[in-house]
Parts: sequence; structure tokens; C-alpha cells
Amino acid sequence: MVDHPAGHRLVIFVWGAAVYYSYGAPPKNALRVYGTAKQWMWKFQHPDGQREINELHVPVGQDVAVTLISQDVIHSFFVPAFRVKMDVLPNRYRTVWFRPTRAGTYHLFCAEYCGTSHSGMIGWVMVMEPADYETWLASGAEGSLASSGDKLFRHFGCISCHRADKGARGPDLAGLYGKEVHLQDGTTQIADENYIRESILAPKAKIVAGWQPIMPVFQGQVNEDEMLELIAYIKSLQQNPLNVNPNAPIPDEEQRKRNPQVEPQVTRP
Amino acid sequence: MSAAPTAAVHPREHYLNVDYGIRSWLLTTDHKRIAILYMISVTVMFFIGGIFATLIRLELMTPAGDLVTSDTYNKLFTMHGIVMVFFFLIPSVPAVIGNFVLPMMVGARDMAFPKINLLSWYLYVIGAGITLYCITIGGVDTGWTFYTPFSTTYSNTYVFGSIVGILFAGFSSIFTGLNFIATIHKLRAPGLTWRRMQLFLWSNYATGVIMILGTPVVAIALILVAVERVWHIGIFNPALGGDPVLFQHLFWFYSHPAVYIMVLPAMGVVSELVTTFSRKRVFGYEFVAAASIAIAVFGFLVWGHHMFVAGISLYSALLFSIMSYLVAIPSAVKVFNWTATLYKGAISYRTPMLYAFGFIGLFTMGGLTGLFVAALGVDIHVTDTYFVVAHFHYIMVGGTVMAYLGAIHYWWPKMFGRMYPEGWAKLSAGIIFIGFNVTFFPQFLLGYLGMPRRYHAYAPEFQVLNVMSTAGASILAVGYMLPLIYLLWSLRYGEIAPANPWGSTGLEWQTTSPPPTHNFEETPVVTEEAYAYDKHPEMEFVA
Repeated sequence: MVDHPAGHRLVIFVWGAAVYYSYGAPPKNALRVYGTAKQWMWKFQHPDGQREINELHVPVGQDVAVTLISQDVIHSFFVPAFRVKMDVLPNRYRTVWFRPTRAGTYHLFCAEYCGTSHSGMIGWVMVMEPADYETWLASGAEGSLASSGDKLFRHFGCISCHRADKGARGPDLAGLYGKEVHLQDGTTQIADENYIRESILAPKAKIVAGWQPIMPVFQGQVNEDEMLELIAYIKSLQQNPLNVNPNAPIPDEEQRKRNPQVEPQVTRP
Repeated sequence: MSAAPTAAVHPREHYLNVDYGIRSWLLTTDHKRIAILYMISVTVMFFIGGIFATLIRLELMTPAGDLVTSDTYNKLFTMHGIVMVFFFLIPSVPAVIGNFVLPMMVGARDMAFPKINLLSWYLYVIGAGITLYCITIGGVDTGWTFYTPFSTTYSNTYVFGSIVGILFAGFSSIFTGLNFIATIHKLRAPGLTWRRMQLFLWSNYATGVIMILGTPVVAIALILVAVERVWHIGIFNPALGGDPVLFQHLFWFYSHPAVYIMVLPAMGVVSELVTTFSRKRVFGYEFVAAASIAIAVFGFLVWGHHMFVAGISLYSALLFSIMSYLVAIPSAVKVFNWTATLYKGAISYRTPMLYAFGFIGLFTMGGLTGLFVAALGVDIHVTDTYFVVAHFHYIMVGGTVMAYLGAIHYWWPKMFGRMYPEGWAKLSAGIIFIGFNVTFFPQFLLGYLGMPRRYHAYAPEFQVLNVMSTAGASILAVGYMLPLIYLLWSLRYGEIAPANPWGSTGLEWQTTSPPPTHNFEETPVVTEEAYAYDKHPEMEFVA
């Protein structure tokens, strides 16, 4: 069978399909990184709050899953050395993953034509020894993604409706992430990142059963970086059931940190 | 359909000298004159597209973006793609060669709809004119693929105008396809049954089907781009409630079959060349003919393989991958059968045959690398890199352009009644083959090493291969200039061509060179299968 040309093709097909299957299924315990692509730069945010532009620091020997979204046109996350490439779409999260096996500095390219500086939308993936990575992590944190999301949750007034007490006008979000949501039209939906994003930008697209469609539209008000923080916050509610005082003021210092003007300084190799 | 070699004198009156007035050309309904009009226009477009290619290769000699600005570079590769795909490759073999020889191959006086045939040329010229006008006032920078939402919202260039130009070219293509199908169905000479048709007819029939079924879809896709761009109606841009990947489905639903519009007629040409120059009936006639139809059918079911990393589901990716392997089967059938035809054939290495050899070799490389990109795991790495650029240039330049040049040389004596200069023609065929490979083979390596396509500036480690590619392009440019010069020269100074210089059994050769306006003095009657060289030892080369 494999001696026949059709057999060769079948072997290549199955082999290719197996690679593609694992490409589409990031390991559950992978290190999570979030990225936004826009004309013409890559921005990455780590769960502990490190932010970087056109550089991505990861530890060697560990699966890394990068969840990506575009703020404008279609881009494509391409690291030739890792044999991974994934188009970054402006309307949904996609997750690409890889396991770096050797420390070093590797090209990151935008592979989908995106306008004037397409060939300038490049960067480096810095694969570090675990100890170096820990040092790097410790140097640039600015408060975790979830804590930034917590502040946004108050800032945008989400907290005034989405709460556990009797005054709630929207569903309580504690424990929401990853659960099945029953919608008004009788269907169900897994509350993943794309669902949460859609519910914030276009709340009337999917109404949760038992609630009125009164939520304002946040399309154009929440940028993709803030969206990632809000989602990180909502995910964090798994462990800490919603238990906040909606009237608590936002401390000045936290307000300042929420909009960092200065990105962490990193030098190119 | 046999004819003894005739002495090399021009007939007293033929389609070229019947009237010299400009009106007699611009208002002609003669398929042969329309073919000449097409030949002039696609040649102009080919050299315009070639100028863009030259500038691209010059820019890429150095890693820094130093020759032109990023915006200019982006316009260069966009306009290279638009001009070459829509205004050269798609009309090249069908509208030039097909228009000229197809009615003669069926033994007809003209196409089924001669006026629509002329209209199709005018639509082409209008489309080309609009596109060239857009280029001169500022150009367009979306890539020939017009991916949304970049093309609908973010590009500040002449997207709308270019789309209108392409729509005109699309209707031109639809009319050509319509004419091919109607002509083959209705105007075949007495005795010319489907199984006796030359393979060029089969492949152009299949092409006509794709043109009619596929082109309206790309027209719709491009109109939707224009609608979103001009009236901000949300179709593709998520900020307006659209879906950007939808555009890719609509675009590739046509543009993948369009690859077969470009290559199927070229395959038909190769079938003619291989049989004529090895003096043998094609091996497995039915399979080669059926393969054309199979390619046309399967070609519509593989568009998703352009989108493996674009965000389609795992299951559809699996289907599109396996379908892409299936479409390779009829292509391989053709290549194997051409090769088997050569076996024990009396091969003569004339220029058209050299181009046919070039086609078979280069198309095979393009096809085999197509298997690489059809493999899901490999495609993740090589898609949107120079690997893909090299792959489709092997099909479109190594395949289609080679066959087009082979066809031009093969039918040149029939078209103009003059022989081309064989020595120069062989030399330029060799230069083109070498130049082509030096240009595009390094691009496979570049892509595998990770150089993305459409990059104005690139990482320094890619320079050596880029310099090789640019060097090859300059060889290729010389190779393309030579035929332009010696073919024009031959119109006046070439040897007078006999009616059937190659001793071909093809029906189109059974008339004078150049043919009379109505092609045949009397309606030919076909009494045997095509390529019956074994029954006609008297058919010999006379030039």
C-alpha cells in the first residue's frame, strides 16, 4: 500500500493531519500569554502583568500558549524556528502554542500582509533558561492582568449590574468561565474567551436566559488590551467568588497604573 | 483529415490581407483577428507586469527597504499580481491561442457567437484601461487577493477602481468561456465526435466551464468589497458586524479554480505539442481528456487549502487537504501520459517541443510542491512564505507561460504564414528555462527558511538567496525580450511557412497558412481519431 503513489499521499495526509490536530489543541497546562496585533506591532501581556512590545519572553522546555487577537486588519503570528503560524483575526481569539526546546532568540514575523509596514511588524521570541526567565518575570510586573481587569470592571461600571446580591441586573459572573450558559433562545453556549468578548462588545447577540437585554454596547469603547484584562478578571472569579463593594472608590495610584504610558524597557539582542 | 504537404507559398487572399483598414480590425468578428488583438493586448500587459516584477526583484537585492518606499513596494507586488493574473495569465492561452485555433480545430468558420467574442475583447480592454488608469493615478496596495478588512477599511489606495477593472476582465472571461462551450457543442465538423476531438478542445471546454461557474463568484466577492468600502455596509469588517474570513472563502472559491483556468488550456497546448513532435497518438487519450474535466470539477472543492492557518475548523481543513490530494491525481495522469507518449516516439527537438519539455518538468515541480502545501502540518510553516510564491510561479510561469510561448511558436506559422528563426528561438527557450529556475528555485529555500512573502525589507540572512533570485530574473528578462524581437522580425523577414510545417494531423493545420477568413475552403469531414500518426506516415516535417 505505501509503495503505491496513492499510499504515499495517504501517509503524508495522515501525518500532516496529526500535526494540524495538535496545532489546534493547546495543552491545558501550557503557560498562557496574551497578545494583541495591530498595524504594525505585537503587544504581549503575561498573566502576572509583564507587558512587552515586539518581544516575547518564554522559558525553555515548557509549553507556551499565546492567545491572540487583532485590533485592526488580519495579521499572522509566525515563528519560523518553531514551525508555527496562525492568522490573527480582528473578531475572535485564537490560540497558538509551541514548546521551545533550546534557549536563544528567534524571529517573530507577521506573515499576513497588513499594509504599509507589514515587513516591519517583526520581533523576537526570547527563549530563556528557567532561572533567567524567573529573573525576567520579577523585573517587570505591574500588577496582574486580573487585577487590572478588576479596576476596569469598576471603571466601566460593569460591577453595578453584574453582582451576586439582589440588586443585580445582569448575571453573576463568578464561576462563569468555562461553564455552559443557557441562552434565551434555548441554546447553550460554553463561556469561553470569544463568548465573553462578544458579550461585552455586542451584548444583544446572545442573551442569557432570565435576563433583560439592557446592557449597553461596548464596541469601540474597550480596546483589545483592556478586553484581555477584563477576561482575565472574569476568569479569576473562578477562585474568588464575586465579593466586592460596588461603591468602593478606585485608589488614585491604581488608576494611574491602569494606563501605563511607559512600556517596559527591553534591549534587543 | 490527411493532406499532403503543400508548397510554401502564401494563399492569394487570407484573413490578414483581406482588408487593412483600422475599422476592419476594431470591428472584426473574425476569431483569428480577435486573437491577434488579444495577443497584442496581453503582450502589453505582460511587459507592464514584468516591469513591476523587475522593480520588486531589484528592491529585494538588499535586505533594507532602500530602493522604493514601503507603500510603493506594496503597490508594486499588488499590481504585478493583478496585471499578471487577471490581464495576462487568465486570457493568455484561452483568449489568444484558444480564440485562434479552437474554431479551426472543430472545423468551424468562426466561434458560435462572433460578436460576443469581439465584445469580450472590448471588455478586456476597458478593464485593462481602468486598471492601468488606477495604476497611473496612484495604484492599489491590497495585494491581488484584496483581503478584508484591509481592502474594505484600511487601504487608502484605488481599491474601488481596480475592482471595477477586474470586473470588466471577469465578464470578458465569462464571454470567452461561453463561446468555447457553445462552439464545441454546436459547431463541430461532420464526423468530429467527442472522442475524436483534439485534447486542446477538451481542456478549453473544461476551462470554459470554470470561467462560467467561477467568475461570477469573484465578481460578487469584489462587489461586496466595494459595497463595504463605499457605503460602509458591514459584510467583512467585524467593526461593522462582518466576518473577514468570509471574504477569503468567496475569493478563493473562484481564485483557486482560476489557477486551473490558467493551467488547463496550457495542458491542452502541451498535449498538442507532445503528440506532434513525437509523431504519436497521445498515450491514454480518454484519460487525458477525462482528467481535464476531473480537474475542473475537483478544482472547485479545494479552495479551503488557502486558509489552513486562517481560522477554519479542523474538519473542513481535513476535507480540503484530502481533496487537494485528489486533484493532484488527474494532473499526475496528464504528466504520466505525456511522458508515456514520448516513449518510443520519433521526437524532434523543435522550439515548441522544448517549451513542452519545460512545461512538463516545471509543472511537475510546481505540482509536487503543491503536495507539500496540501499537507496540513507542512502548510502551517510554509504558507504565506516564499515557498508558496515559488510554488505558484512554477505552475503559472513554469507551466502556463512556458506553454503559452510553446503555443505561440507552434502556431506562429499558421497565424502569420512565416516561420520564426529556429536558432534564436531555441536559444531563448534555453535562457528562459535557466533564468526561470535560477529566479524561483531559491524562493523555495527562502520560504522554507521562513521568509514571509510581501516583505519590503527582510532579515539579512535571507540576502544570498534573494540576490540569486534577482540574478535569475535578469536572465529571465533577456529570455522574454528575445522572442518579442525575433517574432516581430519574422513577420517581415521570416521564411514563408507552408500550410502544415509540422506535418500535424490537427484539423487546424489542414488549411492554408495564414488561413482564409472563413478558415476552410470547404467544410472538413473528420473520419478518424485525433493524432493518428501511425496511419499517416506521409505526414512529415516540411519546415
